[in-house]
Amino acid sequence: MARSTTLTLLLITLGVGWAVSRSVLPARQASVAATSRGQRPLDGGREADSPAAVETSALQAAVDRLDAAFAETWMNEGLEPATEADDLTILRRLSLALHATIPSLEEIRQFEAEPREGRLDRWAQAMLADRRFAESFAERMTRAFVGTQGEPFLVFRRDRFKAWWADQLAANRPYDEVVREVIASQGLWTGRPATNFVTHSVTDGTPSPEKLAGRTVRAVLGQRIDCAECHDHPFADWKQSDFRGLAAHFGQVRLSPFGVEDDPARVFLADIGPRGQKRGVQAEVPFGEAWLPDTGTSRERLAAWSTDPRNRRFARATVNRMWALLFGRPLSAGAPWYADVDDLPDPTEPTSDEARSPLDVLADEFVASGYDLHHLLRVIAASRPFQLSSAVASAAVEEEAGGSASVDGTSSAHGGSAEADFQPLLDHWAVFPVERLRVDQVVGSMLQASSVRTIDLNSALVTRFLRFVRENDFLREYGDPGDDELLARSGTVPQALVRMNGKLVRETIEPNPFNATSRVGLASLDDEQLVEHCFLLCLSRRPTPAERAYFSTAWDEAASASAPDDSDAGSEPKPRLSAAQRAQDLCWTLINAPEFSWNH
Amino acid sequence: MSTVAFSLPPLSARAAASRGAERPRSLITLWMAGGPSQLETWDPHPGGLIGGPTQAIATSVPDLQIAAGLPLMAERMDRVSLIRSLVSKEGDHERGTYFVKTGYRPDPTVQHPAIGAVLPYQLDGEAIAAGLQMPLYVSIGNGQWPGRGGYLGEKFDAFRVPSPGRGVDNLRADVEATRNARRLAGLELLSGTFRQGREGHPAATRHSETVHDALSLMASEHLAAFEIDDEPKEVLARYGDSDFGRGCLVARRLVEVGVRSVEVTLGNFDSHAANFSIHDRLVGMLDPAMAALLDDLRERDLEASTMVLCIGEFGRTPWINPLDGRDHWPSGFSAVVAGGGMPAGRVIGHTDPEGGDKPTDPIPVQDLYATILSRFGIDPAVELMTPVGRPLAISDGKPIGKLMS
Repeated sequence: MARSTTLTLLLITLGVGWAVSRSVLPARQASVAATSRGQRPLDGGREADSPAAVETSALQAAVDRLDAAFAETWMNEGLEPATEADDLTILRRLSLALHATIPSLEEIRQFEAEPREGRLDRWAQAMLADRRFAESFAERMTRAFVGTQGEPFLVFRRDRFKAWWADQLAANRPYDEVVREVIASQGLWTGRPATNFVTHSVTDGTPSPEKLAGRTVRAVLGQRIDCAECHDHPFADWKQSDFRGLAAHFGQVRLSPFGVEDDPARVFLADIGPRGQKRGVQAEVPFGEAWLPDTGTSRERLAAWSTDPRNRRFARATVNRMWALLFGRPLSAGAPWYADVDDLPDPTEPTSDEARSPLDVLADEFVASGYDLHHLLRVIAASRPFQLSSAVASAAVEEEAGGSASVDGTSSAHGGSAEADFQPLLDHWAVFPVERLRVDQVVGSMLQASSVRTIDLNSALVTRFLRFVRENDFLREYGDPGDDELLARSGTVPQALVRMNGKLVRETIEPNPFNATSRVGLASLDDEQLVEHCFLLCLSRRPTPAERAYFSTAWDEAASASAPDDSDAGSEPKPRLSAAQRAQDLCWTLINAPEFSWNH
Repeated sequence: MSTVAFSLPPLSARAAASRGAERPRSLITLWMAGGPSQLETWDPHPGGLIGGPTQAIATSVPDLQIAAGLPLMAERMDRVSLIRSLVSKEGDHERGTYFVKTGYRPDPTVQHPAIGAVLPYQLDGEAIAAGLQMPLYVSIGNGQWPGRGGYLGEKFDAFRVPSPGRGVDNLRADVEATRNARRLAGLELLSGTFRQGREGHPAATRHSETVHDALSLMASEHLAAFEIDDEPKEVLARYGDSDFGRGCLVARRLVEVGVRSVEVTLGNFDSHAANFSIHDRLVGMLDPAMAALLDDLRERDLEASTMVLCIGEFGRTPWINPLDGRDHWPSGFSAVVAGGGMPAGRVIGHTDPEGGDKPTDPIPVQDLYATILSRFGIDPAVELMTPVGRPLAISDGKPIGKLMS
């Protein structure tokens, strides 16, 4: 037993060493080029006529156009949007979206020390320049294009594909170029990482044109044609023949000792019968024939067609996905479509005098910017919907003002009416949606809550080592939704159990010299300060007056009153817990609060 | 509106005590992950072109032979029914697993629930409303795709027990009662703060419900059903020294306390290379565990109320590839059903001894589920409303005549 543990630790250490030599060193170089935390552009963009000022006003113009589209919808629907959220709430949203973790206490202090004007956009820029953004978004894009599978062995290197995505995202390479490389590149999966898109589909040594076509349409155009593989699509306008024509664009790709290649002599044979009958199929596109260039390999032609500026599905699908990564919910999930990120409805022809939907406004902006992802993310982050509170004042609030019990699950006083009034606000983005965090965001937040300093790719090896081990245990128990991570989910009991009693949380809040709980215990002058520190650490906000009062004074009495049949009852009162233990209990409570595992 | 699916039937006391056919029915699925070879299990064709080295042995059913690796089950085949002609169109592991667990082919527009989730959804409404203590659908072993609630909701997902016989992880608070009570009291206050103004967010209240369900499970008097420390050595030995054997024993204990549906995974059968040694090893775990489970259920008078189903996502090719392996083969594979009111000793269909893809008397997987649902008193044609507003039959199969008469 002990021997196998030692062996496991050794292997893990080697694994980390290997990972460090591969990724931390390049990351260090990248972070020198990028804006590091110590050099935030505090005065950037202030001088008139500077390039930065021009850029900032272009951003503002784009944000204004988007906000105007929302404002018009709200007016037409007669909706009163929620009030603005406070800056720390928005900072938490930004950090969760771009870095998959809550802001550290250190970051919150730095943020609050800056002048308020333009502060959120400066932080958005700095976060986009931080390698944590590239790493987290690389995982999201990798899932979109190849899923979570690690197979087939030998010819598919998911890690290379993801690292390559991280580099493209860090360099902010125009997104259409990146997508074309994914669809069409040739070469070895080790030397040309984008080719792993093709090799992820390999079965029995051959890439699958059908799988590649299905993935391309989902990830690039935001629609599912996979069902047209066997029958015509029930909802969207895709025919089985459309699917085969698209799949035929991947019909010439093959693997050789030199890697992924295209052989112009190959003909795509589609299955057309249950007994394995096959028929040769021509590469075709279901619409927009004019966007298909005459030259190039069949994959290059498909790549050009998919990302042609006239192919509105491309920009719409991309902005919809990015919106989902910032809000936890795609733009298409609202009115009028109520659709998943992969089920974006067909675009309609724009009429000149009709107001454009926010989705189209944002898509146009993305095309006009030259497919600039960082710009797109900044526009979304600066838009009005991203700044709105997730709470609204309502009659129900008055009833609930006493902060009644909820753990027993019986007092949820939400009548049908509260939901009915609320739904139109949600449908039109007039209130910020409350959505479950992804498991990696929960893990990132728990680990960040264990440290007062920022845990990033430059953190000490020991921290990264712990993170590596803990994350994997936790992921196994918490469950990972795989490719479907953008679908709405509620929580499960095993997830509640692992949050309440699991090893990761226990180690995160244990008062040892490495953890925030003991440092907060030492650094806090009194109970009130301790409570405030813990709230900032875990929930990125200060306690309300009621919470401050409760946790700094009333907590002990409340607890002893509600303690279930304690065997020590009647004996002498126990000594008061140490400051670090109080921080430990409070952090447990904060980490288990709904607020911690939801984006809001 | 309170908690769902995480409950023990209110009739638990009665259920646990009652026996025979009167007892509420449960389903134990022995899930053969990776696609077991029909030829090395229930449908051998020794001697010919396709049989490989696998031998066949006589069974307690006249004229029925099964693979020689299943001697204990061979003595018990008169207590089960065997289908050797299941057909599917899904030859990929994930798609095949989805199909065989739900009875529906994967469809990008809707997530179908596993049969194991449908049973508590249809049968345990009262228990769910009462909201207590135990999961109604449990998945034992480290299966890659445990059964899901699909459009019935994540709350009907199988509760996973990755290491059978070692209890359930994360059920104990790590501080003493006073401190724990304090933590929970604080949680109530915070939940209240967060709910203010957010009552309309559809799923936002579910968090508190899951915390409540988790607390009930932690306090459940039935947790011992997950452990096997108190089982006699002789019983443990009969099930075999494997995680799968221990999983079958836990499944029997869970059914005894009233859990509706349990899945126990044995894998990995995916024998593209070294088919025969892989099957020797895995079939060697299946045989004692399944035989002991059937014996135990009979001894405890739980046979009539507990259906046992042994099935995987597909079978394996009749031909043997150059790596001495067999590849995926959805056109003709086997399933065993026993107990729970199913007739015994029936044998349906067989695959082609020459390796053709047309089994005699082909049975679509959904027909097997329509049969199982009918035996649970559920009309398979009843339509449920999916979140996209499309009504779907619980199963679009037809009950198999030979198993209904």
